[in-house]
Amino acid sequence: MEYLDEYRDPEAAKSLIETLHRRSPFDRQIRLMEICGTHTVAIFRSGMRQLLPDWIRLISGPGCPVCVTASEDIDRSIWLSRQPGVIITTFGDLVRVPGSSSSLHRERSRGADVRVVYATLDALRIAEENPSKQVVFLGIGFETTAPTVAAAIRQAAAQGVDNFSVFSAHKLLPPAMRALLDSKDLNLDGFICPGHVSTIIGAAAYEEVVSRYHIPCVVTGFEPLDILHSIHLLVDMVLKREAKVINQYRRAVKWEGNLAAQRLIDEIFEPADATWRGLGMIPGSGLKIRENWSTFDAVKRFAMPVIEVKEHPGCKCGEVLRGVMTPPECGLFRKVCTPGDPKGPCMVSSEGTCGAYYRYQG
Amino acid sequence: MDVDTVQLDQGSGGRATHELVEGLFVSAFRNEYLEEMNDSALVSVGSGRVAVTTDSYVVDPIVFPGGNIGSLAVHGTINDLAMRGATPLYLTAGFIIEEGLSLETLRMIVLSMAEAAIEAEVFIVAGDTKVVHRGKADKIFINTSGIGIVPDGIDISGRNARAGDVVLINGTIGDHGMAVLCKREGLAFENEIRSDSAALNRLVHSMLEVFPGIHVLRDPTRGGVATTLNEIASQSAAGIRLFEEALPVRDDVAGACEILGLDPLYVANEGKLLACVPPDAEEPLLRVMRAHPLGRQACRIGEVVEHDAGRVFLRTRIGGHRLVDMLRGEQLPRIC
Repeated sequence: MEYLDEYRDPEAAKSLIETLHRRSPFDRQIRLMEICGTHTVAIFRSGMRQLLPDWIRLISGPGCPVCVTASEDIDRSIWLSRQPGVIITTFGDLVRVPGSSSSLHRERSRGADVRVVYATLDALRIAEENPSKQVVFLGIGFETTAPTVAAAIRQAAAQGVDNFSVFSAHKLLPPAMRALLDSKDLNLDGFICPGHVSTIIGAAAYEEVVSRYHIPCVVTGFEPLDILHSIHLLVDMVLKREAKVINQYRRAVKWEGNLAAQRLIDEIFEPADATWRGLGMIPGSGLKIRENWSTFDAVKRFAMPVIEVKEHPGCKCGEVLRGVMTPPECGLFRKVCTPGDPKGPCMVSSEGTCGAYYRYQG
Repeated sequence: MDVDTVQLDQGSGGRATHELVEGLFVSAFRNEYLEEMNDSALVSVGSGRVAVTTDSYVVDPIVFPGGNIGSLAVHGTINDLAMRGATPLYLTAGFIIEEGLSLETLRMIVLSMAEAAIEAEVFIVAGDTKVVHRGKADKIFINTSGIGIVPDGIDISGRNARAGDVVLINGTIGDHGMAVLCKREGLAFENEIRSDSAALNRLVHSMLEVFPGIHVLRDPTRGGVATTLNEIASQSAAGIRLFEEALPVRDDVAGACEILGLDPLYVANEGKLLACVPPDAEEPLLRVMRAHPLGRQACRIGEVVEHDAGRVFLRTRIGGHRLVDMLRGEQLPRIC
């Protein structure tokens, strides 16, 4: 932890903040988006927002995997949980996300077998221990979690665990960044790029976005000093009208990323069009299981019906995820939508923007 | 027949029950009140107000680094009495045992309870044993009730925090919750994280000796320090401000929390107390706490303020402020 404490040094942080304040104020706001939910939470937990000059505006992006999961995927997960002999395995937050008429949490209290796991391989173990059941793992997450899911599929094949399958709702970040930049209402000046995702895809993955949209990108760690340092680097680039990828998080992220993990993703999955909550359908922004691994694809194994999706009419999670609205601007926020009774995914997830505003801002 | 495990008839009230109670519980908890073997125990409590509390223990796993469900059941109930300034005197113990629990495990749990009771100078004076069918309970559940006596002049309550008070803690936060979580989920870190489970009555006793005017004492168990302080803030209609850099967290606990995406402020403790005391009592109290084995790392972590009644805020290391809300639902590990 000594290692991390260096990145939490209060004096260094204060001096970085003071330097920002001393910079000549811009004639307009600098709008920076932190894409990743872990950054959103880190920013709130450090109380950084209120310390920054008011010409810097931090906008929370769509980087919480639970939050961007499409309502139809939630509904299909709920449908799966109702099938006889099915055990649903998933990471924690997803369980409480409301679908059109229920949630996995509610299904569990009605008797569905829904189990929270900490690692994908735990789901595989549950399949081995329950040979008479069908064990479905809900594959939610970005490039960070996809390799572990791919590894579990490969291991299931090697061990002949044929009662294990994956419902893949994985998402890829760079296509979402392009979609955000294509929408005209956001006017972003720079991206604070995710740390965890970048350990897999590498800083190089943002070069295409940078060259196509001429927007600065800084791959950033999660400590207060990391984030403040990145804000400096972004402001510098905006000032010089420069656009490039800078890897601030070099202690964890390689330029080319984790090639072994990339190969693993590529072996099991292929890019596919995917629907994001709030952003709609984004071409090539999801991962589906390749044809030669399709015996492990829950979509192929179960004949899932088309479900008509109903979202809470007042829910503004879509706007929040695109960064065009802040949670307090939503009519439901804090009044009818709370962590105890969430109406939308951004309030459920520990990394959701609404949850972060609710918990840390008061 | 398998005689190494608890059988249904050992909870039926007949001879087998009798043998289990005599052979294990009475012999482990041995004291004059229990040995009378009547339908209820007669005890004297002396003068003062009587504090009464009860708690049920269902921890999973039942054995964890630093303790087990038995020691926890004694410590937890003693601590609930101690947090009102009471001197704990007597406990009762009710056992709900799943058929098939190994007798060796049961014996180990009962002996830890006896040891914890002796150490804390309380008597387990009454008890009950039920055995249920396999699957109707998870190994063993224990209920303990306790009574203690509050000396005159002591008025400790969650309602008594006053603006200007300082908030003290007797050591590191999050140890118990992380010990149990790591054990339950089979998460292995370099060093084993041990629970802080301990009886706090003697520490409280020495604190009250130097300063009987303590306003609030609470043990931050489920929901952790954050939730307990929110309860105090709300009961006392006062605000509480914490200082991030002052929060004592062991390196291994901080590391495990970091990896799992948990906040130590919300992780359970079983051997910690939070005290709200007037500022002039801070120094003498910290001195006596640090001289006690359960308070070596005692420190001030915050203060009670007039504004923001009912809320807890944290001043962060870099000088920002953020709300510290009550725990809602379960803290869950992050997925990205």
